[in-house]
Amino acid sequence: MKSAAEALKGFKKFNPKKLPVEEPLTPGHRACQGCGEVLALRQVMKALGHDTIVASATGCMEIITSSYPHSAWKVPWLHVAFENAAAVASGIEVGYKALMRKGKIPEKKVTFVGMGGDGATADIGMQALSGALERGHNFIYLCFDNEAYMNTGIQRSSSTPYGASTTTSPAGKKSIGQSTWKKNMAAIAVAHGTPYVATCNPYYYLDLMNKAKKASLVEGPAYLHIYSPCPTGWRCNPEEALTTARLAVQTKIFPLYEVIDGKYVMSRKISKPKPVSEYFAIQRRFRHLGEADIAYIQKRIDEEYNHLLLLAGETPGGEGEAKEE
Amino acid sequence: MGKRIGIEVSLAVSEAAKLANVDVISAYPITPQTHIVEHLSELVADGHLDAEFIPVESEHSAMSACIGASAAGARTFTSTCAQGLALMLEICYIAAALRLPIVMAMANRSLSGPISIWNDHGDLMMARDSGWIQLVAENGQEAFDLTIQAFRIAEDHRVLLPVIVNLDGFTLSHVIEPIEILSQEEVDKYLPPYKPKMWLDLKNPITMGAVGIPEVYTEAKKAQDEALKGAKPVVIEAWNEFAKLFGRKYQPVETYKTEGADTLLVTMGSTTETAMTAVDAMRAAGRKVGIVRIRLYRPFPKEEFLAAVKGAKQLAVMDRALAFSGMETGPLATEIKAVLYDQAQKPYVWNFIAGLAGRDISVENFTEMADGVEAAAADKLPQGATWTNVRE
Repeated sequence: MKSAAEALKGFKKFNPKKLPVEEPLTPGHRACQGCGEVLALRQVMKALGHDTIVASATGCMEIITSSYPHSAWKVPWLHVAFENAAAVASGIEVGYKALMRKGKIPEKKVTFVGMGGDGATADIGMQALSGALERGHNFIYLCFDNEAYMNTGIQRSSSTPYGASTTTSPAGKKSIGQSTWKKNMAAIAVAHGTPYVATCNPYYYLDLMNKAKKASLVEGPAYLHIYSPCPTGWRCNPEEALTTARLAVQTKIFPLYEVIDGKYVMSRKISKPKPVSEYFAIQRRFRHLGEADIAYIQKRIDEEYNHLLLLAGETPGGEGEAKEE
Repeated sequence: MGKRIGIEVSLAVSEAAKLANVDVISAYPITPQTHIVEHLSELVADGHLDAEFIPVESEHSAMSACIGASAAGARTFTSTCAQGLALMLEICYIAAALRLPIVMAMANRSLSGPISIWNDHGDLMMARDSGWIQLVAENGQEAFDLTIQAFRIAEDHRVLLPVIVNLDGFTLSHVIEPIEILSQEEVDKYLPPYKPKMWLDLKNPITMGAVGIPEVYTEAKKAQDEALKGAKPVVIEAWNEFAKLFGRKYQPVETYKTEGADTLLVTMGSTTETAMTAVDAMRAAGRKVGIVRIRLYRPFPKEEFLAAVKGAKQLAVMDRALAFSGMETGPLATEIKAVLYDQAQKPYVWNFIAGLAGRDISVENFTEMADGVEAAAADKLPQGATWTNVRE
């Protein structure tokens, strides 16, 4: 088996002037106004193209794209349940592998995708995902992280950021909102020895599309953790979804990086970060936070970012080679 | 030609899956199913079976991966029981709704708690309403034959439903029996290659598992119900064809010495052979006792069952499972009473809860059941249940 680095040698990036015109995920679905998640999904599907088969978890992307008799999907698509998209994707991949080897269907390069939200990935679907990553299936897992159970009405998940008010972690006299720190799913994927792991964000759409394409080129599993702004759940204006997405990177709250064969590479090094308060200011899920809370979060975000830079072999605070915003 | 050999029943079931030339097996170990999946892993590892074995991390993922593989167009097999079934049950319901012809061997085991690895029909009953076709084996030969037949039934385009082959844990799964193993040529003559009707085809992309809004949900479930009902003639056809080719005849409901019988023991699974010994002795003593055994449990063969019990005065229905209804009736007896309800002439029914978690059911126990139902009927007791072999 080729290493991810070998598989990605000579990788050709997407040219912004010649993006694929095909839309495996078509318009006309039922997403909310300003949904950053479906935007990211559309970009991923453009990058992956039509020779792709998708296994979707239950969640926003499933219900908005597949309300019978309508479907937004122009590729084979299968939804089974909430917690098993990775296991279903592994079955599809293995089914195709067996049928191709036995000469029952022609040999062809097919991209197999399992996808789910942060709840379907970091909470209820964690075991199925861990199993599929460990078994080394040749598939991509996409986690669309909108930082809570949005489909059921904005309940907290283990991916909800510290301090965010949700319907099951409400801010109150005795509650700061979410009282736990966000689970680091990318690190968990890396710990499985996953050949290609990356974080992405729909504001940086070329970076997102390139990472999706790379994920399809590596042999074995790939994991993409995709920041997915949700104006409905985050209580921000629909037109500000991408502003939020951009600020998440500029404030170092959601850093963009790749982990290729276990080696961290920063996609974008932020040497002149904006304060996290700018990010919080446009989302009403954070409006109850006081100065001390924000200072605590700022400190921890800085520490985590510096730790990430160390993993990537870069100097905290200094000017790195990676491009700055 | 087929060969009659001494073989452990679990291994015979694995050989049946091999002869069916399955493409994908996805399974997780649980006692007493383990020998089935261990042997299949060996067959794949040694190159005797060209298939992919997915060693999943749970039964939930076993059934999920089976759905993925089956939706990709692969002939798919798995095996589980009891707690494994309980964990995967959410996905079992969806497999049936997606109309995927997955075949599963279930080495029947009691449900926790208390935890017990021994045999009863708690798991069989748990899957009762899941939409799967359920076949129940009496012996090793049947377990082997039913496994091969299951693929033909499941994959028939008039059916397209998953099938469970029930075989009693330990009492069948772990015993060595003389079993006629069909040859590859024979199986190929009986079982056509799997041709999926709908699959995850890149050339003709389909959306599977779409949201069923209130305007379509009821229609979707009605269509599924019709499919299950419509499966019975196909099952019978598959069994008739099997009899024509290999001589072993299978029917949805089997009868034993029921001619002129006043009392019938109603059974499922391997204890039926113990019941036969009891009936032989009772018949020799001049008693009019016979056996009705249900082989096709889902869809329930109502007409065949009514024909089999016609003329009987009383039924002793044995349940190897509980339904916790708060009423004195096990799940099989409840169902049989429902089947009999609109009959003008119906037998008296007494329920016997027996053989939970591997507790032995002896020949004498079956004689006691016949005695019990006859006495209760004579005394015109309100219909009820007796727990056999229970310490009170």
